[in-house]
Amino acid sequence: MKTEGTYDVQAIRAQFPILSRKVKGKDLVYLDNAATAQKPLAVIDALVHYYSHYNANIHRGLHTLADEATAAYEASRTAVKDFVGASSPDEIIFTKGTTDSINLVAHSWGKSFLQEGDEIIITSLEHHANIVPWQMIAAEKKAILRVIPIDDNGILDMEAFKAMLGAKTKFVSVIHVSNALGIINPVEEIIELAHQHNALVLVDGAQSSVHLDIDVQTLGCDFYAFSGHKIYGPTGVGVLYGRKDLLESMPPYQGGGEMIKEVRFEHTTYNELPFKFEAGTPNIADVIALKAGIDFINNIGKAVIRKHEEMLLEYATAQLKDIAGLRIIGDVKNKVSVISFVIDGVHPQDLAILLDNQGVAVRTGHHCAQPLMHRLGIVGTTRASFAAYNTLEEIDVLTQALNKSLKMLL
Amino acid sequence: MNNQKTIKNIEQDLIDDFSLFETWEEKYEYLIDLGKKLAPLDPAFKTEDRKIKGCQSSVWIHSYKKDGLVHFEGDSDAIIVRGLVGLMIMVLNGQPSKEIVGAPLDFINTIGLSSHLAQTRSNGLRAMIKQMKMDAGVLG
Repeated sequence: MKTEGTYDVQAIRAQFPILSRKVKGKDLVYLDNAATAQKPLAVIDALVHYYSHYNANIHRGLHTLADEATAAYEASRTAVKDFVGASSPDEIIFTKGTTDSINLVAHSWGKSFLQEGDEIIITSLEHHANIVPWQMIAAEKKAILRVIPIDDNGILDMEAFKAMLGAKTKFVSVIHVSNALGIINPVEEIIELAHQHNALVLVDGAQSSVHLDIDVQTLGCDFYAFSGHKIYGPTGVGVLYGRKDLLESMPPYQGGGEMIKEVRFEHTTYNELPFKFEAGTPNIADVIALKAGIDFINNIGKAVIRKHEEMLLEYATAQLKDIAGLRIIGDVKNKVSVISFVIDGVHPQDLAILLDNQGVAVRTGHHCAQPLMHRLGIVGTTRASFAAYNTLEEIDVLTQALNKSLKMLL
Repeated sequence: MNNQKTIKNIEQDLIDDFSLFETWEEKYEYLIDLGKKLAPLDPAFKTEDRKIKGCQSSVWIHSYKKDGLVHFEGDSDAIIVRGLVGLMIMVLNGQPSKEIVGAPLDFINTIGLSSHLAQTRSNGLRAMIKQMKMDAGVLG
């Protein structure tokens, strides 16, 4: 067995209270990180501290609590700006999550700029969150949704993509890392090709934001969307990065407080970026605590965490391949620490139930990517996904629990 | 004289059986075994209108009336769920419509399967029971 080197995984685990709990009498082995990551104490404390010390509505009140809350909220925006390499905090819009971010772009940009016959391109690997909003706006605008095909391993057919691009292509929305399979898509190349045809590109970073170094300026994407809860932050907060000139050209998505400059019954002038897109009292507590999640990652270093996760992935891949009848879906080199697999004659739901009884949390099913499952000819997979706090011993528990489950089922 | 066991009787039998299981493994081995033994549903009955489509697996319930009583057959593509189908058929099959519709089915909590009731998105027992009761109500 490999050693974990200087990476002090136990010190990291100690920061996560939930990891010491028992599930059905067994130590929790949490391997559903691609669904949501657990929260370090710093994130939980940030929430408690906000509500205990400076809960106030932001940007408007002229009192100490409002000043403190506003400062913390905007500090989080700056932390996010640095996290994704944006050029200005004005390019960072707080949303409810990735789904909300994509809906914002599809509806705000789509409403203003899409015309009949225009084409939007997505991939066969998309999460429903990057399919349905585009279907909705395409139907409304009589635009056409096109899908880049994949091979049996889940690799995008880039030649087919090139052939799809043309004068009608207005928008390309692509998942950076497949949530179902962990495959990293060649988004740099996709962005470059799309831009050659003057099409805009949104990168769904729900899975990539926690694993890969993100610099939206180097990537050159026009929009980048991700969720706070997958990067060790709270649920209910997400981010939309958008190029400033684009965001300025787009109409507000929702109307209400905060997003206005002046309201008369005859006419309303909208606020500046980023507030134009943050109608109503935002999710202040979760936005503030999101910074603690980002700090957690930065304190260890994304590259350091990635190295640990790659080691876990390599070990787990070797262990799982030893199980008779097990087939990894998307068994490619360029992927993050996610293993999605099927086992001959075994339904993923049965596995999930038996693994849960052994304290092991994995995700099973279609992973909100039904078209992908359909393309691969499977009903679903079992997915184990690893994070900064997972250990080699936990992978051993997974392997043993899988073997035991199979013995019971077959 | 009616020698047919009531729903309550069958529930009690199951509670007695399950009380003998000391580990979770025994409980699930029982369900898996029940799933394996359940007679497969005639593919002709695996139609969309008999399907309870879940997030994870599919369940089919075929209901019909014979001699004034409601009968069920069922199937699932997942074996533990199939066991749960078998369990519910064991309890509700061949009972009067009124009894099925009104059955509280408390035994599910007693035998420690309540977690399967909570799984609303993954085709838990709840959806299955709802369908069976609805069918029984319609068949009258």
